[in-house]
Amino acid sequence: MSLDEPNLLKDLDYSIVQQCMHCGMCLPTCPTYAETLQERSSPRGRIAMMRAIADDRLDVSQAFAEEMYFCLGCLACQTACPAGVDYAELIETARAEVERRGVLDTPKRNVIRSLLLRRLFTSRRHLHRLGRLLRLYQRSGLERLVRVLGLLRLAPRSLRELEPLSPRISPRFTHELFASDYARKNPEEPSYRVALLAGCIADICFANVNTDTIEVLQANGCEVLLPAAQQCCGSLHSHNGEVELARGLARENLDAFSAETGGLEHLDAILVNAGGCGSHVKHYDRLLAGDAVYAARAHSWSHKAKDIHEWLAEIGVRPARPAAAPPDRPLRVTYHESCHLKHGQKISDAPRAILAAIPGVEMIELMEADWCCGSAGVYNITQPEMSMRLLDRKVGHIIDTGAVVIASGNPGCTVQIEHGLRQRGYTARVEHPVSLLAAAYRAESPKE
Amino acid sequence: MLDPRLLEQLRSVLPAERVLTTPEELEVYAFDGTAILRQQPACVVIPDSVEQVAHVLRLATEHGVPVVTRGSGTGLAGGSVPSEGSIVLCLVQLNEILDVDTANLTMTVEPGVVTQAIADRAAAAGLFYPPDPGSIRISTIGGNVANNSGGLRGLKYGVTRDYVMALQVVLADGQILQTGTHCVKDVAGFSLRDLFIGSEGTLGVITRITLKLIPQPQAKATLLGLYDEMTDAAETISAIIADKIIPCTLEFLDRTTTECVEEYAHIGLPTDVGAVTLMEVDGHPAQVEEQAARIEQIARAHGAREVRRAESAEQATQLASARRTAFSALARRAPTVILEDVTVPRSRLAEMVSTIQRIGVTHDVTIGTFGHMGDGNLHPTFLTDENNTQEMARVEEAMKEIFQATIEMGGTITGEHGVGLAKKPFLPDAVGPVAMDLMRRLKKDFDPAGILNPGKIFD
Repeated sequence: MSLDEPNLLKDLDYSIVQQCMHCGMCLPTCPTYAETLQERSSPRGRIAMMRAIADDRLDVSQAFAEEMYFCLGCLACQTACPAGVDYAELIETARAEVERRGVLDTPKRNVIRSLLLRRLFTSRRHLHRLGRLLRLYQRSGLERLVRVLGLLRLAPRSLRELEPLSPRISPRFTHELFASDYARKNPEEPSYRVALLAGCIADICFANVNTDTIEVLQANGCEVLLPAAQQCCGSLHSHNGEVELARGLARENLDAFSAETGGLEHLDAILVNAGGCGSHVKHYDRLLAGDAVYAARAHSWSHKAKDIHEWLAEIGVRPARPAAAPPDRPLRVTYHESCHLKHGQKISDAPRAILAAIPGVEMIELMEADWCCGSAGVYNITQPEMSMRLLDRKVGHIIDTGAVVIASGNPGCTVQIEHGLRQRGYTARVEHPVSLLAAAYRAESPKE
Repeated sequence: MLDPRLLEQLRSVLPAERVLTTPEELEVYAFDGTAILRQQPACVVIPDSVEQVAHVLRLATEHGVPVVTRGSGTGLAGGSVPSEGSIVLCLVQLNEILDVDTANLTMTVEPGVVTQAIADRAAAAGLFYPPDPGSIRISTIGGNVANNSGGLRGLKYGVTRDYVMALQVVLADGQILQTGTHCVKDVAGFSLRDLFIGSEGTLGVITRITLKLIPQPQAKATLLGLYDEMTDAAETISAIIADKIIPCTLEFLDRTTTECVEEYAHIGLPTDVGAVTLMEVDGHPAQVEEQAARIEQIARAHGAREVRRAESAEQATQLASARRTAFSALARRAPTVILEDVTVPRSRLAEMVSTIQRIGVTHDVTIGTFGHMGDGNLHPTFLTDENNTQEMARVEEAMKEIFQATIEMGGTITGEHGVGLAKKPFLPDAVGPVAMDLMRRLKKDFDPAGILNPGKIFD
């Protein structure tokens, strides 16, 4: 590798690469290190390789590339790091360099990435179309038929293993529901004016979480806007080495949110209810720092972008009143921390505060609550073996709590953990804390 | 490059995935927790049994290839930085807690067990393993024994050596030695066990350790003293000791360190102070209460601006954990942090602290200081940039002066980190020619082929 060859890791401000002083404080918090005890699968080891590349002592090899994708990107190391290493920036840059060089390119991988990252997740229209198709498959009886006849045995192994992980498609998507039912329920004299990012997967698979979010916001004095031209936030792209695509999506969202709200300056907050998306959109400023047209707006966006729990804690969430017909027994709830909520955004108390605002909830703390469940974006697709090991570890701890509801603020975790519970024959359900609060509001006894 | 025959032999002893030779794998074992030092080994092996360790050592002796033993690689003196062409023997897979003997108050473990796991297991049995190096959550007990690690409780409870009862050691030629017993008293022959403690992997490879446990103290009180002047903090410490109170912890952080720790941990440490002391007493509840009150009195009498008391066990743990991040948190201020480990008799503490400050000013280098004031063990930490050769030269000069001053005060160049590579040049002055000669003779007897961590401690 010659010195003058372009290399994103070398272009990165050297102080970011140099910040790691390899003390090892990250090791006990890294799920892949804990499972393998191999230094290369630790944050410190990965950074050492990146630095060796920046210093021209190592090539951007296939082994390096594979290790970069073996990392979950859970950012637990970033929470643990006293030296303040910006691991998120490092891993995203390393993956971008891997993609730029095409070290992992194979025809199959290229086709899949192109379809997913370039086609599907850059267009809400395409996502909706696929959503309707899948919904038809799930509802028409075709899915049952396929399962009963064992037709999946004919599919490639990777697809077969993925099938149970595909989430249920919502009967109606968020934007339809908003337009038909929710937009008109906004408070007449709102205290706050907020816009919601509905997400890509969440939009079609977790429309109920979005509408629950809207309900809770409205009940807390917020006028909610749902810009119709919004897109996927781009975290998937950014985490998978496609920074340019991520920038494009960020620009589209900035445009949509500015145009449809009368300008970002007229918003009190831009709200996100998925930990992974929130962690990403808060950094639009960094992503578009070099963009003459968008940098200023991205900066103001990043100031207003907030996680839903964070926002509710900030405005002082209204506790739900006791239910009109309270259940005989308390609801045993445990809380799983989404990595990008806890480590990406450092939000840990606010979701617990929301759960505490719900009467009849008995909160049981989960062991290793902030240990990754193995979902990690598309990790459960790209690294199924490690993903399932982490899921087993997570589900084991969940079972120990005896909880019937697992509260969690990220759709990826929800799908993953539900899958893990079903596999072991457990019926406990995974719910967004905000959905639990919305249900509690709906069950409230009427005001005296 | 390793002799291909040796590599083949290693692969016949260990599973293929436990013999690492790719450039990526070698790069990540090229360093430990010490700044600047880096050297790729020729190969890394990760055994999971004593037999495999013995095999590897026999092969290494046969081929005359150096072996550098390591655990989690958190060493702070370069003791586990590979030597050129070496085999790194990484013991993290030897990580079983083999036995907790509540009748004899002992625990027997493999060397790759992380020290925190030992403390936790002891606590679960109502017992206490006191040594708690700053890296307790990461470092392995094997490394702790090989470096005779200290920690925050050294003052009252001593260091790792005080808790090692027996060792199993694989010698350079692959023989397996059992030294020490589970008996409290044992004077049968030389205490070979004690030679291996703190030998930094130069005399043998420790493969099993029996540790002494003690009953868990019933109560604990944690206090935080805030000072405008560092010397007031140092004088408080001396006054506490002179008052015949032996707290389990007497730590201090200077202003720079306090700022960095607070920036990371957000625990409400004021950042406009000259020094912070963390003081902990443990034992019988009545005695703890009495001593805590007395310490508070002494601190105020010696100029403490404020004395805070931890309100809960969680808060106390939070304070101690924050203190443990001091070294790493200092990296927020500079690209390279070089940590020193000088230790002086406690009566010379205040003098040493101001000497360090003066040397920093004279050589125009930034030094953040923290450490275990209660046992005289200081960690002056240079905040610098390894790429700035001019400043690095000044750092080196300042470091030499600090060592010189330490030796003159009857202190030692390293209290708990070991000599490794980083302190090697200063050892002869610190211990003198007779000790150096005896150490070299011992090394020759234990390791005639010179394959065990060669070039560490001395040449």
